[in-house]
Amino acid sequence: MSDYRIKGETGEWEVVIGLEVHAQITTNAKLFSGAATAFGAEPNTQVSLVDAAMPGMLPVPNRECIRQAVRTGMAIEAQINKWSRFDRKNYFYADLPQGYQISQLYHPLVGEGAITVEADEKAGIPEPKVIGVERIHVEQDAGKLMHDQHPTMSYVDLNRSGVALMEIVSKPDMRSPAEAGAYVRKLRAILRYVGSCDGNMEEGSMRADVNVSVRKPGDEFGTRTETKNVNSVRFVMAVIEGEAKRQVELIESGGTVVQETRLYDPDRNETRSMRSKEDAHDYRYFPDPDLLPLELDDAFLAECRESLPELPDAKRDRYLALGISAYNADVLTAEVEAARWFDTLLEVGLATGAKPATAANWVTSELFGALNRMGRDLTDSPVSPEQAAELLGLVADGTISGTIAKQVFEKMLESGDGAAAIVERDGLKQTSDTGAIEAEIAKILTANADKVEQYKGGKEALFGFFVGQTMKAMQGKANPQVVNELLKKALS
Amino acid sequence: MTDLTNLTVAQIRDGHRAGDFSAVEVAEAFSANVAGAKALNAFIVETPEHALAAAKTADADRAAGTLKPLSGVPIGMKDLFCTDGVQTTAASHMLEGFVPRYESTVSQKLWDAGAGMLGKLNLDQFAMGSSNETSYFGNVISPWKRKDGGNASLAPGGSSGGSSTAIAARLCPAATGTDTGGSIRQPAAFTGISGIKPTYGRCSRWGIVAFASSLDQAGPMARDVRDCAIMLENMAGFDPKDATSLNMAVPNLEAALSSDLKGKTVGIPKEYRLEGIDPDIDAMWDAGIAMLKDAGAAVVEISLPHTKYALPAYYIIAPAEASSNLARYDGVRYGLRALPQGAGLQDMYAATRAEGFGAEVKRRIMIGTYVLSAGFYDAYYTQAQKVRTLIARDFERAFASCDVILAPTAPSAAFGLGEKMADPLSMYLNDVFAVPASLAGLPAMSVPAALNREGLPLGLQIIGKAFDEQGVLNAGLAIEERAGFTARAEKWW
Repeated sequence: MSDYRIKGETGEWEVVIGLEVHAQITTNAKLFSGAATAFGAEPNTQVSLVDAAMPGMLPVPNRECIRQAVRTGMAIEAQINKWSRFDRKNYFYADLPQGYQISQLYHPLVGEGAITVEADEKAGIPEPKVIGVERIHVEQDAGKLMHDQHPTMSYVDLNRSGVALMEIVSKPDMRSPAEAGAYVRKLRAILRYVGSCDGNMEEGSMRADVNVSVRKPGDEFGTRTETKNVNSVRFVMAVIEGEAKRQVELIESGGTVVQETRLYDPDRNETRSMRSKEDAHDYRYFPDPDLLPLELDDAFLAECRESLPELPDAKRDRYLALGISAYNADVLTAEVEAARWFDTLLEVGLATGAKPATAANWVTSELFGALNRMGRDLTDSPVSPEQAAELLGLVADGTISGTIAKQVFEKMLESGDGAAAIVERDGLKQTSDTGAIEAEIAKILTANADKVEQYKGGKEALFGFFVGQTMKAMQGKANPQVVNELLKKALS
Repeated sequence: MTDLTNLTVAQIRDGHRAGDFSAVEVAEAFSANVAGAKALNAFIVETPEHALAAAKTADADRAAGTLKPLSGVPIGMKDLFCTDGVQTTAASHMLEGFVPRYESTVSQKLWDAGAGMLGKLNLDQFAMGSSNETSYFGNVISPWKRKDGGNASLAPGGSSGGSSTAIAARLCPAATGTDTGGSIRQPAAFTGISGIKPTYGRCSRWGIVAFASSLDQAGPMARDVRDCAIMLENMAGFDPKDATSLNMAVPNLEAALSSDLKGKTVGIPKEYRLEGIDPDIDAMWDAGIAMLKDAGAAVVEISLPHTKYALPAYYIIAPAEASSNLARYDGVRYGLRALPQGAGLQDMYAATRAEGFGAEVKRRIMIGTYVLSAGFYDAYYTQAQKVRTLIARDFERAFASCDVILAPTAPSAAFGLGEKMADPLSMYLNDVFAVPASLAGLPAMSVPAALNREGLPLGLQIIGKAFDEQGVLNAGLAIEERAGFTARAEKWW
């Protein structure tokens, strides 16, 4: 249970949050036309006759869009409706050429499912929480109006018109900004694993309508407001915080919350009213007569299911079972690129004898540290999983020590050479040559006779000192296990 | 030489193939008739150059031995079909001057089959009307006159009134029509020609200006049943660009034409016997029953119990769809834009749509908007959809005991222009027999069967099972052969 509370003058208030996330489906073509969907193209260059709603034009569903939405539904273990239907949502606006948006009101493609957000003590999520998903339906995006191109006119860009969106509607299950943030991040991760949406919030591929209401704990739901088109996790959390506070202040000062649509202004970090329920459109939804009901057969569903990759939760469980720490498992599964990179490392790394837990530690500390310094991420890492596996293999089989491995890694980053080649070239190979080590030990014990006395007198902590001295004398190349053994013998 | 404009599609095709005349001669003869018939106002745009170009190709193809199914046949194109480079208006001010850069699937198929275009035919605005009096480009006048000594201008029917008049007046041998609630059949009946609305989905709707998507269906209009079969073969076919298109092979309709109805059963729906109907209509119907019996068919009475709800349901569903389909005419991208001084977006919408749409179109948009509104949707739209399902079920049950259904096409002969415009309900009633088959998506045709006592043509309607255009055409042929309908309007224009 979240203990996030707004402290008002009349006591504590609980915030109730539901999210409608619009996720652009990753496809080359629009939902009902063959036009392209690339981001950033010149205005009105990706518009078919259908998207411009020319007379007599008809929508034809794009199978790939349906497939991706079904796969997404399967990824959140939702009910997939084998029979669904498209409806028209009618309203006039210059960015909506048809005068209606084709959506699914009455019979969505995907029914109820759920998304689990992980525990995060620091964020006030003491244990994993299941957030219900009400439905996922597919619909067309609208075009874009540009008001800053001409002193008296607005320009219309229809490139986005007809682009396929999934609307993923959560239940009002979230109780804090942190939970909502975690939900969006988790949803984004799932979409990216599935490959149904690139999750790019800056480019508008993913945006959220944020429904917020407040109540005294245990009371009925309060009246909610909906803040439209919020396009980052940070903003989602800010909207909730600000809106909850605004509502509490409003109610406590004797006002009432009205059901309305609001807009978020990131520059001022505040929401303002866009239109109230009284001004709400009557969308006159009705089944789109240009389209037959969407009927999915078993073969199609089977293909969708079989093509699903391992998903974040399953992957995290697998990592935990491999002995990887919970923290590392979370970090490594959060982004699909990192998980893919690490999976490749595991595949080739395990063959070299590297332990998964060691590999995970190395990736989250050494590799991520280096990438951070370079301002890069895994997708353009200078070190491939294969190269990393080679390095970790050299440690695992005792060819080099962990200390030397750090040096080798730095050299790999500088030169791009392989670990084995660097070790060979720079003579960094760890030695187990007992003669050489024994010789150095003898010198050290002689030079530190006083400490030997103390050690023998019971100050066993000095053992580490002797190890350090020996390693130093061996320039780090001595096998630490052999050093341990020989030192114990010499000191006994 | 015979007047080439008296020939049917089949006669033109065969005569051209045989070398009796050139396609250019045919095109020029029809174009001359078109040019000389301005008084009928059947065409919005005349395209003799298009017909001539196709004719030249046809003549060359004949020389090369590469004739196509409609080589040498010039036709009329209802101005609801988008034609590449030729103005397409749906008879509205809204689309006046709109020149598409694309060709509808049906018209493209006809050009691919070798046909040429004489022009774009007038119609009721956005195909909404039963008399062709709602066109922005003026009424189409029927070539027919009552034999009552008066000289009243008669309605050619609607919405495909330009098509019906043009064929009846020999301005073209065949034309395209579209039928949403009788718009092919009723004008065919009013003008003494044939026309078939195929099963919903047979002809692609791609590139046809939409009225009511779940009902709109293209079909041919021509002088006889054979010509309808030839035309339909060259209009129908699966189109991946129309999600409601039937993915079925097009049967060889002409080759399978047969007026021998032995073994067939004809159903006579008792609910179509309307109280107080014109006795000429009932007499024609009875004569039609006798003709089909003569052709070998058994006749049974059937019941279509929900018939009386068909018209009300139609006038909810069709306007509902239309109100949404016509939202795209908003002045933003193409067509008319009315921009009063200092107007914002909403003002522009209002002014454009007020100016661009005619009264009947506005009436239907208002009705459609109303029935889809919150609080009314269930009472109207949902109920109407249930009625639609019941009507389809009526037909399904009836077809368990018969192969085709015979009924009048319309409850009256052509009425005078202006007679019904003041009373939309009585106008709507004209489609009472046509609408049920539309709601059920069934193939149905009208064939001329008799003249009434005023000397005006009356049509019989044959309704068939889904996909059984052949059965409909064959029954139509049996009537055509026996009715011996040869009357034609005397030229006054």
